[in-house]
Amino acid sequence: MKGNVIKYERDNIDTDVIIPGQYLKVHDYAELALHAMEGLDPNFHSKVKEGDFILSGRNFGCGSSREHAPIALSHSGIKAVLALSFARIFYRNAVDGAFLLPIEIEEDAYSDISEGDEIDIDISTNEIKNLTKNKTYKMKPFSEIIGKIIEAGGLFKYKPD
Amino acid sequence: MNITEKILARASGRQRVTPDDVIFANVDKVMVHDVSGPGVIKVFDKLKKQGINVDKLWDPTKVWVAEDHFVPSADKVSAENIVKLSNFTKTYGIKKHFKYGMGQYGICHTLSHEEALVLPGDVYVGGDSHTNTTGALGSFACGLGHTDVAYVLLNGKIWFKVPQTLYFKLNGKLPEHVMAKDFILKIIGDISTEGGAYKTMQFGGSGIDEMSVESRLTLCNMTTEAGAKNGIVEPDQKVIDYLTSRGAKNISLVKGDDDTEYEKIYEYEGSEMEPLVAKPFSPENISIVREAPSVELDKSYIGSCTGAKYEDLEAVARILKGRTVKIRTEILPASISIYKRAMENGLLKIFLDAGVTVGPPTCGACCGAHMGVLAKDEICISTTNRNFPGRMGHVDSQTYLSSPLVAAASAVTGKITDPRDLN
Repeated sequence: MKGNVIKYERDNIDTDVIIPGQYLKVHDYAELALHAMEGLDPNFHSKVKEGDFILSGRNFGCGSSREHAPIALSHSGIKAVLALSFARIFYRNAVDGAFLLPIEIEEDAYSDISEGDEIDIDISTNEIKNLTKNKTYKMKPFSEIIGKIIEAGGLFKYKPD
Repeated sequence: MNITEKILARASGRQRVTPDDVIFANVDKVMVHDVSGPGVIKVFDKLKKQGINVDKLWDPTKVWVAEDHFVPSADKVSAENIVKLSNFTKTYGIKKHFKYGMGQYGICHTLSHEEALVLPGDVYVGGDSHTNTTGALGSFACGLGHTDVAYVLLNGKIWFKVPQTLYFKLNGKLPEHVMAKDFILKIIGDISTEGGAYKTMQFGGSGIDEMSVESRLTLCNMTTEAGAKNGIVEPDQKVIDYLTSRGAKNISLVKGDDDTEYEKIYEYEGSEMEPLVAKPFSPENISIVREAPSVELDKSYIGSCTGAKYEDLEAVARILKGRTVKIRTEILPASISIYKRAMENGLLKIFLDAGVTVGPPTCGACCGAHMGVLAKDEICISTTNRNFPGRMGHVDSQTYLSSPLVAAASAVTGKITDPRDLN
């Protein structure tokens, strides 16, 4: 899975900036996408392209349980968020609703990958290749259940053993 | 096993669970509101298109519905969401729908305890992150997103990874000017907004035994801000009395084993606690009130599931009695039952005499939705739970989180004020 990186070099990107509370009443996915990241980066909508990735620090998606957050990012074209760690409900929502891949990375990838870099994520080998910088980083493997739900295409398609 | 593990073992039909086990837990109660409800309806529409049967819920008697975020309807879109929600409960035969303008209604987490909808030992999930609140009744209470709640509504179960447990022990009572809100802010400041991530935060010790059920609700409410999966207090006679007086029957108490192990134990002395605020823009950005910045406040907001329970309003009334507010102050009781008690016991008169605007129950400005949101550069002290950028309105507004006592004292002076320092 190849794409370009939009980097937010900070921790605790919360759901209030990913999709501000005033849009919680909106359930039209395309309309939510128009306001993605509005609380932090009002230019996000004009710069994001289909297939892009977000790269960020610790505790990405902390705050509310609003599924609007992964929905707004996914419908903006974001296929994966790479972060040092994730808040639990954002992580579950991303996986169970099959909106995007939450990829846990290590410090080396976080500091090394720059805005605009083209990267290739391979979840079968848990490797991230930086095609721009010609480097390779490890991602943390998904836990067994998360891997299975991702493989199935979301919680509703997953059949427990 | 500790109490959370015991509840999850029972709910997943196992003798024993240990942290990191992945289980499917049978759910006892589930809640949706006017934001997550329409979200669930959208998921149902998607499922229908995929050929998945959504004609019937697993058990409509175990489902209850609140109207709280955008009520009274803030605009046309939120009005339509309320209509959608009413159609949903009618279609699926959900009887427990608390509608505004029709008797008891209020913030979902407040109804969970005011209406005794959740009992000790229950697995309770809700389409809202502050579902953790209700763990104060001795339940496993956990917030989920729309897809997960839709899954529960159709299947009656959901997957969990059994969490590690952090144990917070409070030795001795909190001083009179210190509230449970101060204690949970202290904890979040100590462990950070990620410190409880994916974990259980359990509270115990003599200080918790002494605490009212409502104070314990405040503690569990803000475990969400530390990233926790659930907050919990082992239930006792106070919980039985609280729920029984609200009509609950057949309450059984589940407790952890004596030899329970915790991942980590944190100990606090009640007598050492002080009034605190969380400064913008994070609940972990803690300062002692007496050392807080000397900013000119524009507003004091006393509302939400965190800070507008009856006990919270009583604390505010103690401060405001015979005084007037210097800045805009709004008090929004968290449910109609609380509003009524505040009226019957003279609290509303104290508030109105002080110059406060008293509003209806709503999540309102707490989540930046409507009814009192902040303008650019406005600074608010608030009894709510989050102060991220833009949380209560404009992205350049600022919110200081505090206890109801501090928010009331600050309303009187227009500056962040320790209740002990009022004349």
